[in-house]
Amino acid sequence: MNSTMLQYDVVVIGGGPAGLAAAVKAREYGLNVLLLDENDYLGGILPQCIHPGFGIHYFREELTGPEFSHRFVQRVKDLKIDYFVKARVLEIKNYSDLEKIVVFTSPEGAFEVWTKAIIYATGARERHAFEIGIVGDRVAGIYTAGEAQTLMDIYGVMPGKEVVIVGSGDVGLIMARRFALEGAKVKAVIELMPYPGGLARNVMILRDFNIPLYLSHKVVEVRGKKRVEKVKVVKVDENLREIPGTEFWIECDTIIISAGLIPQVKLLTDIGVEIDPATGGPVVNDLLETTVPGIFVAGNSLLINDLVDYVAEQGELAAYGAKLFIENGGIPAEKWIKLEKGNNIRLAVPHYLSGKRDVYIYVRVKKPMENVVLNFPEIDKKIRLPVVRPAEMLRIRLRKEEIAKAKDKITIEVIQQ
Amino acid sequence: MKTKVAIIGGGIVGASIARVLSKYENLEVHLIEKEADVGWGVSKANTALIHGGYDDDPDKYPMRAKLCIKGNRLWHQWVKELEIPHIWNGALIVALKDEDFDELERLLERGQRNGVPEMRIIDREELFHLEPNVNPNALGALWVPIVGQIGSIPAVIAIVENAVANGVKVHLETEVRGIKVENGEVKGVETNNGFIEADIVINAAGLYADEISKIAGIDYFEIHPRKGEYWIFDEGIPGPNHVLFPTPTPISKGVVVTTEISGHLMIGPNAQDLPKDYKDDTSTTREGLEEVWQKAQEIWPNLPPRWKVIRTFAGLRPEPTGGDFIIKAEEEVQGFINVAGIRSPGLTSAPAIGYEVRDIIERDLGIKLKEKEKWNPYRKEITHFFMLQPNQINELVKKNPAYGRIVCRCNKVSEGDVLEAIERMKFIGVKTPSVDSVKFRTKATTGTCQGSFCKVVIINLLAREYGIPPWKVTLKGKGSEIGIGDVKVLLRGEAQ
Repeated sequence: MNSTMLQYDVVVIGGGPAGLAAAVKAREYGLNVLLLDENDYLGGILPQCIHPGFGIHYFREELTGPEFSHRFVQRVKDLKIDYFVKARVLEIKNYSDLEKIVVFTSPEGAFEVWTKAIIYATGARERHAFEIGIVGDRVAGIYTAGEAQTLMDIYGVMPGKEVVIVGSGDVGLIMARRFALEGAKVKAVIELMPYPGGLARNVMILRDFNIPLYLSHKVVEVRGKKRVEKVKVVKVDENLREIPGTEFWIECDTIIISAGLIPQVKLLTDIGVEIDPATGGPVVNDLLETTVPGIFVAGNSLLINDLVDYVAEQGELAAYGAKLFIENGGIPAEKWIKLEKGNNIRLAVPHYLSGKRDVYIYVRVKKPMENVVLNFPEIDKKIRLPVVRPAEMLRIRLRKEEIAKAKDKITIEVIQQ
Repeated sequence: MKTKVAIIGGGIVGASIARVLSKYENLEVHLIEKEADVGWGVSKANTALIHGGYDDDPDKYPMRAKLCIKGNRLWHQWVKELEIPHIWNGALIVALKDEDFDELERLLERGQRNGVPEMRIIDREELFHLEPNVNPNALGALWVPIVGQIGSIPAVIAIVENAVANGVKVHLETEVRGIKVENGEVKGVETNNGFIEADIVINAAGLYADEISKIAGIDYFEIHPRKGEYWIFDEGIPGPNHVLFPTPTPISKGVVVTTEISGHLMIGPNAQDLPKDYKDDTSTTREGLEEVWQKAQEIWPNLPPRWKVIRTFAGLRPEPTGGDFIIKAEEEVQGFINVAGIRSPGLTSAPAIGYEVRDIIERDLGIKLKEKEKWNPYRKEITHFFMLQPNQINELVKKNPAYGRIVCRCNKVSEGDVLEAIERMKFIGVKTPSVDSVKFRTKATTGTCQGSFCKVVIINLLAREYGIPPWKVTLKGKGSEIGIGDVKVLLRGEAQ
């Protein structure tokens, strides 16, 4: 394409926590790394997450988002890792296992990079009002939670003063607090499910700021002339069907949609990477390699994580995978053991285990349960847990000796104690 | 001595009239629009089809029948001159029952009478060859190759840009409050931005054409809004290769299934008549959207799952008393021309309406028009990064790095595209910056994520280029500001 040709061992796509951790780790392994990000700055979504709660596992201290990302960005600079910001990858071409091309454009020009491995860490996008079936007027004052966060915490813009939050996930709850702290009236948080969607520590925000939470409720309609004037809310039954006659209106000028995140995998699906419908992210082995050899994935483009610490951990694991891949000319063929989902398991990652190494598996349940056992029948492993909730991702370590006990699959299930 | 012309309404109709009239040396043309930008009324939300001209009965609706086919032919020329995004993919009117063929025969006959070329009824085998995923029970179709699709607001923008380049003056955010008539002759238009002198006033006010006509003292028709709702699906979902219609009923052409020009599967519209005073009700409804879904399924059974929907919207069509377009010089008020009730196929007919109005000016108002020696028929399309060939990208980026920076991920819109859009907004006189103005020029914010990443970037570019703080940027004109102030405004107690 008349573009400048570059050559690297690894290209990391995405400069958020997963990509930063991956780039740093890969560089520490001695690999020649290029890091690409499309924002004006490295750090991904973290620079706008000005609340604390980051890094408790990874750094053993509580940091804000900007502090967490700063530490990694500093490492990127110390290690002299090549990076581009404002760089958008247009295409990935997969010629052979060790020959891939990443095509990207940036204000410095269009580039083609020859690389042996790719670590894909492009994060997630937010579901918007149309995807959750809200009808009515398409007016100003409707924002996704992340959009509102960018406006307030990066650009210093106050979106509105009377707010209804749709969805009680972590981002929605954190934005409820953010609005309240800036003097806005948060009139309600509306949650479709019969339980809150966020981590327990974030659900506490509602009590701290006296914000009403409507469980088993749904926002169905927005009305307003130029800007939101009111929203229609309706109660739903246990099958999430609307209950006629339970409709009511809440007056507000702002609606924040926090209805979940979707991994961004477009560039991967373009080259035929297999996607797990349960996570929305790629199917991976225990080195986070996708079904296209040499393409690894980490962070929220792999699966939606609760904690940035896990995201960084995945980035480092993907870097380790890339190192093994490059050293061996491919990940050595294994007799892969499949991780199967049993009772009350919504998702489990990675999908295939080699038994050659210890792994962390990330698991989400479908519905809350108390006094349960997390059971792995094929390998005779049981973990007792007082409670499991869909909002809280479980992270479980399986030792290679344990995994080796299984023939071809390991089922994970939740059973009542 | 120039004849002053004021056109009320900056939609596809007003814009087309302005372009045609901009060809004449002895006219001074003013285009008046109440919104912040052009094309935001009826032109904004419709199926964006260039119809074939077969479904308007020339006995009942002579204007529609005449102008639709003429408009179709003119669009073939206009899309080239003005570089308007378009596709000529043809339509199939699908028969699901044996009786449907009777109606298709009627349409064929009517089409032939209206002068529509190349239409024919095709059998089941040929239909499935053209459209393999249509309802497997379909029996055949009427094949109308001259049907096409365009970007409807991009078309208005293109036409207005060209009109402005040829001397038309655009007055945005200008609402008509009165029409001055003296001794039975129009003298001008009173607006919130002062008086605009005019010898000819052309009423192309869309849904409000009855009210404008009334202001001028002419009160023989009413416009009522007919709502149509639509679903648009995510990219990558296979849609039809042609525009698919069901066999029409007496009241409606039916729900269309089509791949709109950006490549997204789109279904709609239904037809719901609203009370006369609901002219700004473009809200979507559960019932309406459900109806569209059910009806679309009849010809296209494999609709994607609901979570693949990226947008729903509704538009209003201006339905006139009598059903035909009302295009005439009103005798009671000299110089006043009604161009009212331009319902479907209004988009198709618009260029032909432009020429019709020109003829009225010459024939009925007795003004001898003198062509300009230098009239520029051409307008260049804005740069779209997503359309660039790889070798063009680097050349462009070298000249201006902004073209290397992608703003809208889903549709690959660069900062350069956005800056060009802002320049063009200023060129036609957009005073209040809005995200929608950028959206309709660049396609940013219309993809899978509906702007959740790029909207903020666009807001900041608009704020910078217009020299205002970001919270004063609007979504779609005054009253739809992005924010209420800086982030501390409530704590300081300064917000209203």
